[in-house]
Amino acid sequence: MLRSYCKQDALVVALDGELDHYCAQSIRRQLDEMLADPSVRYLVLDFDKLTFMDSSGIGVILGRYRILRDRGGKMAVCHMNPHIARIFHMSGMDRIIPELDRA
Amino acid sequence: MTRNRMELTFPSLAENESFARVAVAAFAVQLSPTLSEIADLKTAVSEAVTNAIVHGYEWRRGDITLRVSYDERGEMTVEIEDHGRGIPDVAQAMEPFYTTQPEQERSGMGFSVMQTFMDDLEVVSHPGEGTLVRMRKRIAAGVRA
Ligand SMILES: Nc1ncnc2c1ncn2[C@@H]1O[C@H](COP(=O)(O)OP(=O)(O)OP(=O)(O)O)[C@@H](O)[C@H]1O
Ligand SMILES: [Mg+2]
Repeated sequence: MLRSYCKQDALVVALDGELDHYCAQSIRRQLDEMLADPSVRYLVLDFDKLTFMDSSGIGVILGRYRILRDRGGKMAVCHMNPHIARIFHMSGMDRIIPELDRA
Repeated sequence: MTRNRMELTFPSLAENESFARVAVAAFAVQLSPTLSEIADLKTAVSEAVTNAIVHGYEWRRGDITLRVSYDERGEMTVEIEDHGRGIPDVAQAMEPFYTTQPEQERSGMGFSVMQTFMDDLEVVSHPGEGTLVRMRKRIAAGVRA
């Protein structure tokens, strides 16, 4: 289960464990259940407890980014370790999804 | 000259993605890698094994072979081989953002990740026969004879 915190139209979700192709399906499903609430317009993904991510994670993040963008919302990330940050930057996601702890 | 090597064969089940990357990391410990080198290796292995599962075999089940070795200078060679559908145009497949599965939320960044995190990447593929991904990485601390 993902830990999450919701206040008005903002949702903060703490990812944990590993985000690979095997885990992506369940993480995607849980995030989409939370995003099914149309009042959610802001999503922050907290990577503090995420120990591994590969390119399957890029797909999950970009997919949620599109859902929020299409409803006029926004997405941000925080607490990425250097390794995950490298993948994030490589894919150009840093240009569309701000890192809260870097700004 | 090869100093040590190992080989594993496992079916194309998604739960074997984490098994494969942990196995490579455990083997690499003999070279005293840094945490960052371990993370690089695990990520690259994860990309190649995932590709064998989701592209190579797609809905079928088949065997994936993982071979890892290192030489006296601490250079690791990692091979991931499948006997799946193969890649018709390897150069195109390796371009960043190229994917044949956009509907599965794939981003086409797997080969770019392998290229960035390893020193060398080689892909040999024949349509209908399968794909061999060979990657090399020098572990700085290396072998202490
Ligand atoms: N083992 C394989 N067998 C058959 N086709 C492959 C294999 N590996 C890669 N490909 C092809 O190469 C393309 C690019 O692979 P790459 O890993 O870069 O991106 P992806 O897997 O599509 O997306 P991502 O890795 O970002 O989830 C794939 O879409 C697929 O068409
Ligand atoms: Mg891939």
